[in-house]
Amino acid sequence: MKAPSFRYVRPTSLEEALDVLAQADGQAQILAGGQSLMPMLAMRIAAPEILVDINRIPELAGITLENDLVRIGALTRYVELEKSSVVAEHLPLIARALPHVAHVAIRNRGTIGGSLSLADPAAEMPACALALGAEIELVSKSGVRSVGAEDYFLGLYETARQPDEILAAVRFPAARSGSACGFYELSRRHGDFALAGAACTARVEGGALKDLRVAMFGCDDRPVLAKKAAAEVERRGTSPEALAAAAEVLAEDVAPTDNVNGDAETRLHYAKVVFRRAVAMLLESTRG
Amino acid sequence: MDEFVDISLTLNGRPVRRRVPVRQHLVDFLRTELGLTGSHVGCEHGVCGACTLRVDGRAARGCLMLAVQADGCSVETIEGLTESGEIADLQEAFVARNALQCGFCTPGVLITAAELLGRGQPMDRAAIRAFMSGNYCRCTGYQAIVDAIEATLRARLERAASTGDGGR
Repeated sequence: MKAPSFRYVRPTSLEEALDVLAQADGQAQILAGGQSLMPMLAMRIAAPEILVDINRIPELAGITLENDLVRIGALTRYVELEKSSVVAEHLPLIARALPHVAHVAIRNRGTIGGSLSLADPAAEMPACALALGAEIELVSKSGVRSVGAEDYFLGLYETARQPDEILAAVRFPAARSGSACGFYELSRRHGDFALAGAACTARVEGGALKDLRVAMFGCDDRPVLAKKAAAEVERRGTSPEALAAAAEVLAEDVAPTDNVNGDAETRLHYAKVVFRRAVAMLLESTRG
Repeated sequence: MDEFVDISLTLNGRPVRRRVPVRQHLVDFLRTELGLTGSHVGCEHGVCGACTLRVDGRAARGCLMLAVQADGCSVETIEGLTESGEIADLQEAFVARNALQCGFCTPGVLITAAELLGRGQPMDRAAIRAFMSGNYCRCTGYQAIVDAIEATLRARLERAASTGDGGR
């Protein structure tokens, strides 16, 4: 369980890091918090020629609120998000999700950019990014481009980021008054990988939900917006019976396959459970 | 062929300089290079928590950090925490309540628990369990571990309330 040999580079500026990536011909791997990459190195699932440690690039970390957008630098660690008053006030969905992210020692090191870059289908931050309609900032030598979360997650551990790009930050729309959110995750033990989970946001108008967005995680090869099931909630209303009926449509939104957590049928059942519970939590939060 | 890098760090309050292979993780460095065997190597992929130590004041998995990444950092191990007396009360509570049997997980458990205690917040047993969920123990069934942490936390909070010093 030892990492294979690699060349270690520790740039101190974004520019320097981009130079390394530009010359690496796709053979470099970026090391952020390392809480997933280090196990992958130990198990030799990852074996890069060059390891680019971005932990000493201060411009990649930090949380700022500007014009109704919260911009979070990629290197911002979970523990910083937990302590942030900006996150607590303006990103309540993230605040709710954080306690479910692994364990304290992992949250002390792990970064939001690392989670979004790895794109584990069972991870919390990608689902939150999708539910909130986040924009992901990708930087390369040729400039900065923004990719919406819906176009960013392409498949199992697959994203729109190119090998010469660094995920520099993620921008979330700040929660508006009248908006609400819910988050629910099933796991075998606190902090373990999710068997299934759902992160949702909506506007509440006169007791009805508008613009409901439910991002399902651990249910497919990537985080997926349950568009059909959310539309059913808007159509049928929010009684427990209506939510249960809406959840039945989930098979049209997510396609779980057999895996170690259960067969496809069981995992679809988990998806229905977390969908109902996350939307119910959203409703509960509006009753103050 | 392994690449080597010179690093300097503060280890348990003392400066250390060494030349390390870049692929060596922090726990292997501490154990094999410096003889500090208090941090244990369990799963080596971040699951069991036996290698938990403290980097720049925060609990971290020693197997999920390269030694070269500790360059310029302050690293504290169970040896340092024991020497400083910071967790003497916690260690006494572990002994008093039989919160360890084989002891393999104990250094990591103590460091995570030290972080819990350092927050100075009241916590019920469920919250203590959630906080400690990243540290596996295969002997005790956790009950006695939670007992010891709960008792130490309560004693510190009571002491802080009576002296107003934050329990430190």
